[in-house]
Amino acid sequence: MIRNYFLRHAQVFFYTLGQLARAPVATFLTVAVIGITLALPAGLYIAIENVQRLARGWEDNGQISLFLKRDLSDPAIEKLSEKIRKLPAVSWVDYVSREAALAEFKKLSGFGEALGALDRNPLPPVLVVHPAATHSHPDALQSLLKDLRRYNEVELAQLDLEWVRRLYAMLDLARQGVLILAAGLAVAVLLIIGNTIRLAVLNRRDEIEIIKLIGGTNAFIRRPFLYAGMLQGLLGGILAWLLVGLGLLLLSSPVHRLASLYGSLFVVENMGFMATLTLIGTGGLLGWLGSRLAVGRHLRAIEPR
Amino acid sequence: MIEFAHVFKRYPGGFDALRDINLRIEAGEMAFITGHSGAGKSTLLRLITAIERPTRGEAAVNGKNLTRLPRRRIPYFRREIGVVFQDHKLLFDRTVYDNVALPLIVTGTDQYEIPRRVRAALEMVGLLDKERMLPVTLSGGEQQRVGIARAVVNKPPLLLADEPTGNLDSKLSDEILDLFLDFHHHGVTVLIATHDLHLIDRGRRRVIELNHGELARDTGARP
Ligand SMILES: Nc1ncnc2c1ncn2[C@@H]1O[C@H](COP(=O)(O)OP(=O)(O)O)[C@@H](O)[C@H]1O
Ligand SMILES: [Mg+2]
Repeated sequence: MIRNYFLRHAQVFFYTLGQLARAPVATFLTVAVIGITLALPAGLYIAIENVQRLARGWEDNGQISLFLKRDLSDPAIEKLSEKIRKLPAVSWVDYVSREAALAEFKKLSGFGEALGALDRNPLPPVLVVHPAATHSHPDALQSLLKDLRRYNEVELAQLDLEWVRRLYAMLDLARQGVLILAAGLAVAVLLIIGNTIRLAVLNRRDEIEIIKLIGGTNAFIRRPFLYAGMLQGLLGGILAWLLVGLGLLLLSSPVHRLASLYGSLFVVENMGFMATLTLIGTGGLLGWLGSRLAVGRHLRAIEPR
Repeated sequence: MIEFAHVFKRYPGGFDALRDINLRIEAGEMAFITGHSGAGKSTLLRLITAIERPTRGEAAVNGKNLTRLPRRRIPYFRREIGVVFQDHKLLFDRTVYDNVALPLIVTGTDQYEIPRRVRAALEMVGLLDKERMLPVTLSGGEQQRVGIARAVVNKPPLLLADEPTGNLDSKLSDEILDLFLDFHHHGVTVLIATHDLHLIDRGRRRVIELNHGELARDTGARP
């Protein structure tokens, strides 16, 4: 009995597959439209994931620059540095002397000659505070920053991570935007599938009428259409996955070149297993749902005469 | 098997296709429904198969009350009735075999049972050698026999036919009638709507005559 049930479903499945293969152009068009529609939010999603991963790399070397008062003596700076290093939130502290800062600035800026004309060094001494890994969360950094600002020796404390926080906020916004876009496009996929199935139902009007006359239930009549919708949705999901993969492949070598210019080992990553499964599954689910909605409505209109 | 009490059928638009029909057909009986074109023969069969519902009155078929039969029960109700149409209503993109197998597939018959039952039905109508052919390649009489094989493959206790010989010459008509007589001999209740008087004479069975939607004559059961 159960085996019979699966056998029947398998038969309908392969019958439907055959029907789709017999109309390759129509099937391809539907699958292509679904694939492109799904690829758009999936591609944006994967782009956001990659940017976030990149930002997380920067977050690790998040640091706080303490610009000290210019007239501090070296021993005083040494003492302060030691005090800060002992804080639990701090991993280590680098000292950039006024001379070292000037030398680096000359080298990087190309203003060497102009700076040489100044009779005194305009740069302050800097302590670069590296937070402990356990305190790398933005909130922890923020409270560390507040503590460091209390020292009298400190003129200005600056969290170099500020822009990373802004980027995170923007990524959150973008992710929500993608969700809204995805919801809209999911409705579009439902409509595309619904229309395809509507045409299929009308094409097989006579057959449906005959099946109703010989005692076929609505569930029996619906089955091949549901399979057709689900199959086309699944194929659309797979196509979307391929399109996203192709896009990333095209982007990966320029991104890699750009990253290596900045001394980064960043590489573009494709969708993970779960994301791939979700994309293809969503395609199948939308296909099934779209045809379920369409077929229910149009089946009722077809009654034997 | 079939019981009508004061049945009326009014189509949308206000036309009364059947008026005050009282009828009782026992299980195992065979009857012809006759009358002029537009008399209401097809309407009567459409009521029996629950394609249409009575506007007034009570009708029962196979122990089911047609006025109260829920929509979702209709498919199961129809599985007990074999129907033969004047225009065959075959699926032209499928072979003879697949057409006849359709009612078995619809009812979820066991896979291994289907070929045996299909071939038995095709053998009854003498088309066993044509099972791989498409209906378009068959003659009108052969197409009608495919329709009959499909109607009886489920072994329904009730067999209906609407003008089954309408498009056939008299020799082919006789062959089709012989098939129905044969089913009747095997205990099937048979109801044939026709205006073919030759067929009725030759059949020598009960005749129910309609005239403008009213029951004009009922010979009652004949031996
Ligand atoms: N769906 C319908 N809507 C309106 N009138 C119909 C419909 N079907 C049949 N009729 C009318 O009902 C009458 C009986 O039709 P029908 O039962 O087909 O007669 P018969 O089969 O005896 O020729 C005819 O006058 C026909 O025009
Ligand atoms: Mg008629």
